[in-house]
Amino acid sequence: MLVFIARAWEALTRRIDRMLFGCAIAIVGVGIVTLFSAADQSVPRVTSQLLSFGFAITLMWLVANIPPQTLARAAVPLYVVGVLMLIGVAMFGIVVNGSRRWLNFGVARFQPSELMKIAVPLMLAWYFQKFEGRIGWIDYLLAAVLIVVPVYLIKRQPDLGTALLIAASGFYVLYLAGLSWKVIVGLAAVGAATGPMVWQHLHDYQRERILTFIDPTRDPLGAGYHSTQASIALGSGGVAGKGWLNGTQTHLDFLPERHTDFIFAVFGEEFGLIGNTLLLILYLLLIGRGLVITANASTLFARLIAGAITLMFFTYAFVNMGMVSGVLPVVGVPLPLVSYGGTAMVSLFIGLGVLMSVQAHRKLVTT
Amino acid sequence: MARRTLFLSRNRFGHVPKSNLSSVERDRFLFRRRLGVAGVLVLMAFGGLFARFFYLQVVQHQHYQTLAETNRIAIVPIVPNRGVVTDRNGIVMAQSYSGYTLELTPSKIKNLDETIDALAQVVDVTPRDRKRFRKLLDESKNFESMPLRTRLSDEEVARFAVDRYRFPGVEIKARLFRQYPFAEIASHVIGYIGRINDKDVERIADWEDVANYKGSDYIGKVGIELSYERELHGTTGWEEVEVDANGRAVRTLSRTPPVPGNNLRLSLDIKLQQAAEAAFGDRRGGLVAIDPTSGDVLAFVSRPGYDPNLFVDGIDPASWQELNESPDKPLLNRPLRGAYPPGSTIKPFLALSALANGRRTPTQTIFDPGFFQIPGQAHRFRDDKPGGHGTVDMYKSIVVSCDTYYYMLASETDIDVTARFLGELGFGQKTGLDIEGELTGVLPSREWKRQRFSGKNYREEHRKWYLGDSISAGIGQGYNAFTPVQLAHAIAMVANDGVGYMPHLVKSVQDLKTNEVRLIAREPASRLDAKPEHLAVIKNALIGVNKEGTSAAAFRGAAYTSGGKTGTAQVYSLKGEKYTEHKVDERLRDHAWFIAYAPADKPKIAVAVLVENGGFGAQAAAPIARKVFDYYLLGDKSVGPAPVLQEHPGDDESD
Repeated sequence: MLVFIARAWEALTRRIDRMLFGCAIAIVGVGIVTLFSAADQSVPRVTSQLLSFGFAITLMWLVANIPPQTLARAAVPLYVVGVLMLIGVAMFGIVVNGSRRWLNFGVARFQPSELMKIAVPLMLAWYFQKFEGRIGWIDYLLAAVLIVVPVYLIKRQPDLGTALLIAASGFYVLYLAGLSWKVIVGLAAVGAATGPMVWQHLHDYQRERILTFIDPTRDPLGAGYHSTQASIALGSGGVAGKGWLNGTQTHLDFLPERHTDFIFAVFGEEFGLIGNTLLLILYLLLIGRGLVITANASTLFARLIAGAITLMFFTYAFVNMGMVSGVLPVVGVPLPLVSYGGTAMVSLFIGLGVLMSVQAHRKLVTT
Repeated sequence: MARRTLFLSRNRFGHVPKSNLSSVERDRFLFRRRLGVAGVLVLMAFGGLFARFFYLQVVQHQHYQTLAETNRIAIVPIVPNRGVVTDRNGIVMAQSYSGYTLELTPSKIKNLDETIDALAQVVDVTPRDRKRFRKLLDESKNFESMPLRTRLSDEEVARFAVDRYRFPGVEIKARLFRQYPFAEIASHVIGYIGRINDKDVERIADWEDVANYKGSDYIGKVGIELSYERELHGTTGWEEVEVDANGRAVRTLSRTPPVPGNNLRLSLDIKLQQAAEAAFGDRRGGLVAIDPTSGDVLAFVSRPGYDPNLFVDGIDPASWQELNESPDKPLLNRPLRGAYPPGSTIKPFLALSALANGRRTPTQTIFDPGFFQIPGQAHRFRDDKPGGHGTVDMYKSIVVSCDTYYYMLASETDIDVTARFLGELGFGQKTGLDIEGELTGVLPSREWKRQRFSGKNYREEHRKWYLGDSISAGIGQGYNAFTPVQLAHAIAMVANDGVGYMPHLVKSVQDLKTNEVRLIAREPASRLDAKPEHLAVIKNALIGVNKEGTSAAAFRGAAYTSGGKTGTAQVYSLKGEKYTEHKVDERLRDHAWFIAYAPADKPKIAVAVLVENGGFGAQAAAPIARKVFDYYLLGDKSVGPAPVLQEHPGDDESD
């Protein structure tokens, strides 16, 4: 009997990468503990987050058991459906907070840009794998088109933050596929030169955010308020923090969005520099493990998708913590695995599932 | 660990001569080098973050500590004044005034009970206040401040101010209160506000209006207060203040004043409303009076009512229990949420339907022997008058309320045809009255029956439409159920020659900022597909009812002509026994209906009256309509005692 259970357990967890999963669990744990404080000890909110977590690891397990080649087959349909839905959003989407980002399916509202976060790198990785060995400049150009179409549609919603993140995910694939350094440097130069032109095309609220980032005291009640209060929360936390459930910024309602995008300020206030450093290390371990898996991946597709996912994970964590600590402008990016929210939790664990699948299936293909 | 692995991968391949590698291996080498570059960037980025954290939390810690602890800038919301609600003549029905409350923040107080006991020495704290506070405590979070006492007198404020140092975590706050000067009168129209609960929070989130409710403790819960919440609330202002470590304001830095909520002018005439409520006496029921030419609701009665002032500060458990458990159901909005079989009041509409659909002409007669039988069946559908009304044409069928006429009509008419026509009059659907919770009632049709009995417990025989169903529905019994609002709307539409307006309780909204007045009254919402000569036939018969028919006694000597129709809705089926009023328990007696309009030539008011368990419509409901008409058309002075019906309605007038 015991043997049977042991074997069943073995079969069940065969494809689960211990280190990746361990780090993810530890970070989710940090999230739950912080959420309990941020939500003024509201049990329903924590329960809801735990339910999302349960659902997310189930999906992760499923994805981990699907070989990467099978995942590659989903790339084109996912991408096409995603772009069609983005066009749908532009035409009949519902407007929330002045942005047209949601599709209403009667039973549920769905944000197609969320899907594109995985569909774009998947599509590009599939493309480069398909034409492996005979990739020329024309392919990079075509790949650029594949990135620009959804990015443009999302930027129009308007949701500049997500558009930039998706552009980044696409860029990571191009970079890992071997896009020439000259082109990368060239692009950066062009970007810097056209900055003022882009400024012209930004929406008022986007300009406001950037101006506020440069000088947070400019508008302490409006856009700068988030930034200022988050800095006070982190700074007043000191080395050891004020202790769990004791953050004054948090509990006296100074911190906005403290369950979601600004949850890191709650964490930093209550657990201080020590807590922040531990969290940074956890993220670093997880990202490092992702890079190792990427390096060992056996096919080009697996390498590209695993690399893109790992770097996206890093990007989210970096952008969020940078935003909360005031080194990046305020963009709506949740802190991965920590912020409250089911959709993000599910998509991140699916990403981890892909990494595990890449790791678990590598020997089967290697010659 | 990650760092070491990354460097290992570089070292392992970094020194292998490139020329000896196959293209696959070369690709792999290039890929790993790129990955390595990315890894270094990751480390640098995280290193940068760490540096920033170190700067904020170690180097600048003192600075931020000071900001957080001693010199916090708080954004204090300033709650806007809630809009005033007046009747159509500007008489105030709901208003706000500011007063002082004594508030406790539980998280800052060590021993709540001791503190409250000590406070009771300084200001009056009744057991009711304590209970209410306990209830609030259970419902909210520790960080919120909650009122223990409301409406403190100036003297109490002064006494507390002297002793304030003894009570950390206790504060006097100026808050806005809501007051309803007419208390029970029109309570179901105005509704009330109450403390914001979890469900309200979700509603506010759906409006995308969270910021505007930051400082608000109250929100509309029922009636106009609910349906016009967003007009009444106003825009919250902000004050930027410096607060000390205890959260007390030290100095104001800047102020954005709030914008008060919009004022509402109702179409209701509060004096008419009072007259109508008085006419009900102790009886239960509802009344809706509409101006047929505009859809203005002139009076809207649901009896018994309740005092909305009780709800504003949170109702105490005893009063709540009394209201909630009373068999008279004072919290039920009867005109809106009470669906009753229309009884004979449906007859004029069915007659109009028969004319419009060509089933009957005005002069066509039937012979009424006192009952109706479906050919080939033994069951007799009885007329109220034993022996029958003899020869009956359309006029007489309405004036004497002849059941047999309508049994026959129903047996010859497809129920779906009838349902379609009644639907045009607004039956079986919401009239669109501007308070929430309106019922659609039941307008029976084949499809309705199929859906109603679609459940697994029913079989096909339950879902099928039978001729007998049509016949019961033909005299307004059976499945039919309509609200007083629907009947008032329908009679108003007939009175206004088939042109219907959406009934509305709010006439106009006044924007205090721009002083602009927005009218709620709209264009005609519906037009009945009926010929003017057909409408004239029906209106003539309705006038006949009040002149020589079932309600003639109630309108004897009126200074105007009016049209009306009585009705009786069965509550209790007596299974063939003859209904004897005094033998039946009061709660099982029939409901009395009356619908009417006046003056007959140029209608200014249409009304539907329902008296629960009132018995005959002519006896209980018609005199109430008479009083309302007298008051509205003739003015205050001419309201005399309405004729009281002593005698039992004659057999000839059988409804």
